[in-house]
Amino acid sequence: MSSASRSHDHTAASREVIDASDIARALTRIAHEILERNKGSANVVILGIPTRGVPLAARIAAAMANVEGVEIPAGSLDITMYRDDLRLHPARALEPTDIPAGGIDDAVVILVDDVLFSGRTIRAALDAVNDLGRPAAVQLAVLVDRGHRQLPIRADFVGKNLPTSLSETVRVTLSEYDDNDGVVISNTNVSRGSS
Amino acid sequence: MKHHLLSSADLARDDAVLVLDTAAELLSLADRPIKKLPTLRGRTIVNLFFEDSTRTRISFEAAAKRLSADVINFSAKGSSVSKGESLKDTALTLEAMGADAVVIRHGSSGAPHRLANSGWVRSSVVNAGDGTHEHPTQALLDAFTMRKHLGDLDAKRVTIVGDVLHSRVARSNALLLSTLGAEVTLVAPPTLLPVGVETWPVQTSYDLDTSLDKCDAVMMLRVQAERMDAAFFPSAREYSRRYGLDDRRFKRLPEHAIVMHPGPMNRGMEISADVADSARSVIVEQVSNGVAVRMAVLYLLLSGADLSRTDPTASDSTKPEVVS
Amino acid sequence: MTAYLITGVSICGADQPSDLLLYDGRVADPAEAPSDAVPVDGTGLVALPGLVDLHTHLREPGREDAETVESGSRAAAMGGFTAVHAMANTDPVADTAGVVEQVWHLGQIAGYCDVRPVGAITVGLRGERLAELGAMADSDAHVRVFSDDGICVSDAVMMRRALEYVKAFDGVVAQHAQEPRLTEGAQMNESAMSGVLGMRGWPAVAEEAVIARDCLLAGHVGSRLHVCHVSTEGSVELIRWAKSKGWDVTAEVTPHHLMLTDDLVATYDPIYKVNPPLRTKADVEALRAGLADGTIDCVATDHAPHPTEDKECEWAAAAMGMLGLETALSVVQQTMVDTGLLDWAAVADRMAVRPARIGRVADQGHPLEVGAPANLVLYDPAASRVVEASTLQSLSRNTPYRGMQLPGSVTATFLRGRATVLDGQLQ
Repeated sequence: MSSASRSHDHTAASREVIDASDIARALTRIAHEILERNKGSANVVILGIPTRGVPLAARIAAAMANVEGVEIPAGSLDITMYRDDLRLHPARALEPTDIPAGGIDDAVVILVDDVLFSGRTIRAALDAVNDLGRPAAVQLAVLVDRGHRQLPIRADFVGKNLPTSLSETVRVTLSEYDDNDGVVISNTNVSRGSS
Repeated sequence: MKHHLLSSADLARDDAVLVLDTAAELLSLADRPIKKLPTLRGRTIVNLFFEDSTRTRISFEAAAKRLSADVINFSAKGSSVSKGESLKDTALTLEAMGADAVVIRHGSSGAPHRLANSGWVRSSVVNAGDGTHEHPTQALLDAFTMRKHLGDLDAKRVTIVGDVLHSRVARSNALLLSTLGAEVTLVAPPTLLPVGVETWPVQTSYDLDTSLDKCDAVMMLRVQAERMDAAFFPSAREYSRRYGLDDRRFKRLPEHAIVMHPGPMNRGMEISADVADSARSVIVEQVSNGVAVRMAVLYLLLSGADLSRTDPTASDSTKPEVVS
Repeated sequence: MTAYLITGVSICGADQPSDLLLYDGRVADPAEAPSDAVPVDGTGLVALPGLVDLHTHLREPGREDAETVESGSRAAAMGGFTAVHAMANTDPVADTAGVVEQVWHLGQIAGYCDVRPVGAITVGLRGERLAELGAMADSDAHVRVFSDDGICVSDAVMMRRALEYVKAFDGVVAQHAQEPRLTEGAQMNESAMSGVLGMRGWPAVAEEAVIARDCLLAGHVGSRLHVCHVSTEGSVELIRWAKSKGWDVTAEVTPHHLMLTDDLVATYDPIYKVNPPLRTKADVEALRAGLADGTIDCVATDHAPHPTEDKECEWAAAAMGMLGLETALSVVQQTMVDTGLLDWAAVADRMAVRPARIGRVADQGHPLEVGAPANLVLYDPAASRVVEASTLQSLSRNTPYRGMQLPGSVTATFLRGRATVLDGQLQ
């Protein structure tokens, strides 16, 4: 998930649960699953949720393009203005929303995020999609599903199910933003939000 | 960001950049089928206008409505204010109505400051122009417009021309543009420069011609002809000749320079009609950028952590924060 | 009449404590104290002649919601004053013998201090026609100070005539020096601060130009000029120059101009809105130096009560003025005594002796010697307090010192031997 952490030195309590090659395999598998489920790539638009959903979306789109031999439209969808906790946190900067030129009307929109947790981000993303057009279908792809859902939301494509306790944090690193690809779980006694 | 936006001085460089970046994202909203965001659903924004300013009020109203806020327009004309109700009683009424933000335009310098700091209201206060003091959202939209055309404003040269003494736009722009790293030159007859302007973070000049050659943006301020009755200058004609942006001066501007005006314009006085309508005039664009900038301001002011109003049952986070 | 035997008090700051007997309205020899004299422990206290204020707005008649002669004189007693000069800008204006006698009588009835009415110079303060100055001088109120305070007598001829005319009864013209055209719509001191705050400035020259003209006029006609609430460095220089010419020019400074500066206006809190406006630090320093060297003769409060609604509003709509009577001595201690600029004997001179002399108040401002009228204040310079507007005697609350820690407190005030304040309590 997009992490507030700026630190790369993992504490003794943290452990890497997924490495770079796991991530690569998971994304390739997700790309194939998307193609299989939608019987090809026609009408598919991949939208990553900032921050780390965006490079994941791009990688999935690239993997799909490799198979299909055509370019897959991919972009980003910022959900900040649709969050339900805006009153609870200091205002944050908006991330870019970049919808591919064809728009999303009648398309199959694949939302991509790094970690699926409470489900509230996806709820917000569905609202945002709704304001941008009327897709034929919306599907959800996540690299990690760590459980603890607070809303009736499930992922269509999951890189890895990762049972966690609420006292743990899950941190996805991607080479586009971080030193390397990986997923790290660490224990923390300090928690914020609903975690 | 502070709880209020009363002066451009309230904005540190990071704050100002945050507003401008946010506005840039929000500008794309104008191209969407649904020009509305749910962000401020259930919040109440009051436009409290003691002075007529349809342009500014509509801009704030559009901004608030695009963020789904409830908007109450409170115009002092024809209201109890004109019957002698004090600013305090008006403020207490707004507080009782549960206003989350008050956008105030007032003829008296410092009235928004007074509203924000008197303890009468808990809402955020946004200064939409006070007397001859400041108009920070105008400065933000001017900076936004300049950034769109000129890129990063660091070391950019901006010339502001006209009645600086009575201009809240000039005050707010001088502060904000300096904060953003621009080099600001104020050009005016000596009678229309404020006392102490030498302590401002700007250059000043009495001569428009020498200030045009290298500037990246020139902003013409409205000059009211009434000022000549108070002997600030001898005649409209002389003012126009010495400080108006006419075609001759326009040709001296560098190719990339843009022409701005906060409006409403006196065509033929501070700016010629041809210049106002030229391709390098961004005056109309300033208006449309105003909505995005004011959306950004309202969003950033109102979505801050306001613990006094936190509903404990709503404490679930959309995207749980990670602490490492 | 109760006699008071004050023991161990420092008279005007003298190192050696001494005893003071107040008997039959006069200062008497302590050795002759009657057996029933009320003892007052003066240990640690400073005794000063009762303070005389040349510039007080009591607001009655007309604005009894802001202050009355009674409430204002209570405030005066609590501040250590035994005489105040009630300014003429009431409604109706104190421009006739009838009004000044009414104010004088109200003061007598209240009985907390001598209320000396100031007569208006011109009818209705309009600057057009001289008021009946002679009638006011001859009235029971014995007016000797004439002022259009609040409004400047800007017409040079009118000012000249007033200066000349009051010579007939040894009067003094107290000028509110403010060139009107230079201060149209002015809201605060003209300075870098006014430029930043977007407020119409009030240039020092608007005060100084009038003072210069008036000094020249006073010299020319050989009359007495008193300059109200001097607020700028340039004004101090002009008065110093006029005095060096031997002209009969006196001047006052307010406590707030000795302490507060125009940067407070950045709060936009109208509690700091006052005429003349708060000036710069350099002005404050010049005023302190001028008071210390005697260029400025006295401290006058310009006590200007305003009801809450006239201050709880935006700056431009607010009334000008601040309370002063109940904090004056403390402010003078902090700005002049604790800084080493004045000793207590000089404070007695600037706050009692000289103002009484300027106002021609016969039985005030005398040294505390045997036989002198028993007008005095006992003051504890070691005390300290946080000013609370709600505890003031004034009907109004517009003190700029609210919440501030100020040194000293008035322990007792005696008016002709009678305690108006005792143990810090109004009697």
